[in-house]
Amino acid sequence: MLCLLAALAGTALIAFTVGAAGIPLSRLPAALGLWVDNTTSPLLARDQLVVWTIRIPRIAAAAMVGGMLAVSGAIMQGLFRNPLADPALVGVSSGGAFAAAAAIVFTDSHLGEGLRFIQHQLLPVAAFAGSLVTTILLYAIASRGERTSIAIFLLAGLAIAAIANAGIGLLVFVADDRQLRDITFWLLGSLSGTTWAKTTTLAPVLAIALVMCLSIARGLDVLVLGEAEAFHSGVDVERLKRISIVLVSAMTGVAVSICGVVGFVGIVVPHLLRLVIGPAHRLLLPASALLGAILLVGADTVARSIVAPAEMPIGILTAAIGAPFFLVMLLRQRGLVSL
Amino acid sequence: MTGLLDVQSVSMAVGGATLVEAVSLQIGAGEMVAIVGPNGAGKSTLLRMLSGDLRPSHGAIRLKQRDLNAYGPRELAQHRAMLSQHVNVTFPFTVEEIVAMGAGESPRAAARGLVEAALDEVGLSQFRARQLPTLSGGEQQRAHFARVLVQLACGEAQHGPGLLLLDEPTSSLDLRHQIDLVETARRRAERGTAVIAILHDLNLAMRFADRILLLHRGQLAIDGDRAAAMQPETIRQIFEIDAVIAHTDQGVPFLLPQTMRPADKAT
Repeated sequence: MLCLLAALAGTALIAFTVGAAGIPLSRLPAALGLWVDNTTSPLLARDQLVVWTIRIPRIAAAAMVGGMLAVSGAIMQGLFRNPLADPALVGVSSGGAFAAAAAIVFTDSHLGEGLRFIQHQLLPVAAFAGSLVTTILLYAIASRGERTSIAIFLLAGLAIAAIANAGIGLLVFVADDRQLRDITFWLLGSLSGTTWAKTTTLAPVLAIALVMCLSIARGLDVLVLGEAEAFHSGVDVERLKRISIVLVSAMTGVAVSICGVVGFVGIVVPHLLRLVIGPAHRLLLPASALLGAILLVGADTVARSIVAPAEMPIGILTAAIGAPFFLVMLLRQRGLVSL
Repeated sequence: MTGLLDVQSVSMAVGGATLVEAVSLQIGAGEMVAIVGPNGAGKSTLLRMLSGDLRPSHGAIRLKQRDLNAYGPRELAQHRAMLSQHVNVTFPFTVEEIVAMGAGESPRAAARGLVEAALDEVGLSQFRARQLPTLSGGEQQRAHFARVLVQLACGEAQHGPGLLLLDEPTSSLDLRHQIDLVETARRRAERGTAVIAILHDLNLAMRFADRILLLHRGQLAIDGDRAAAMQPETIRQIFEIDAVIAHTDQGVPFLLPQTMRPADKAT
């Protein structure tokens, strides 16, 4: 855990210095205001502006979104007893993105005029609702009795994602130019344009979710035995499922409302951690939050520096790394799990 | 002997089919009971009702003079432990972690001793650090049995003798481990636990059980000692085989299946 914390601090430090407006490490403490620099150079003023209004909220948002997506992935995998579950892969993110896109179009239309002033607050709520509906639907379809079929689970996820994407396509079709730009942002996934206001909506959700995670950690461990056996061992399975579904939907929904669909973080992070620290959720969930944060801060830093001064959408980057990783996992599982 | 489990005329109907019909029985602390019967007789359904996993369509089940539905999941787990037939673990938990799951919320220090004892009892001490999915089917089954023993011990430490339910616990075990497992359950019964096990091996049932419940087409055909259950005529009617029943030097009956019943042979 301490290693992960140190790694997160290191990644954040690099993220501070890299970008379209580079700030060397030597100028960082002054820009952060850690010590008073009497020379009031214009460079310092620029550094401070960049660090405080752009870098800090963006790095904080990247860290929190990464943490949320990784923890969502870990919870979903525990809930479905399936290491291949990921909110983006099985349509939970798409459901959230569809609801968010619908909210954009609706609040911009004449019908939703009255709600326009709370558009910023409405987006996370809509995305949460969209994710919640998709997760419940997925659970209802994929879980039958004692077993969750991996094949049905992935196919149902694909179908749900396809429906959500069709809905998004319809919205793109009817949207005007400005709405289109906003919606496209969800489709690709990006952290550009992160503001303090957006970042602060993440913090309480993540904090509450992490605390609740610890209360379901033991239940998720025992659930690996199957629902009946978890019940025999004293776990209130129905309650555990409800909390897990709400947590996954809240975290995925809020993350989606901030940065769009960013896939594969939820698969890669818990899988790597299980290899090192084992599958017990009491450790896996907080460690996933940290490694997810590291991964996304790192990926975001690469995304905004690789084609500087332009930016690559982060969703493209995580998919480019995560999808081959997923394929390798699938191939390794083929021998053990019948699909 | 006190009535630990009291089952009043329970039935289970799913769709149009009646899986279990009006079964009544009382089981006391320290009794070891075997449920036997052909495939589809309703054995597993009955056991799942006794565990609280399935709610009967009719009838009532009382555990320690209290309705089974009145227990919350955690509380119920302190009074009864159950080993299901198939448990499939997907994540790489070690044998020790799986066995320790039986301890629930008990303090870790107290649980450690119980986990050690249970691992030792099922002969898996040397495999404690192995990942469960890498073990053979029989070894996994023994690990799950150890987990259930830990759960039972934790509950009994607080609340006195409990109920141990075993659904075909010997199905993937070799001969020696079948006997080990049933003997372990027998020792629990001698210390006051009420044990109910579904067994397909009638000889194992006759050797170790105080009482045999013979289920046939959802109904309790026979509830009695082994002499009552092991009549050639009963075996022929219910299992549709001819069998010779002999006795060991100690007077324990054993059964040797002969052939299919004459009517089947003719066709």
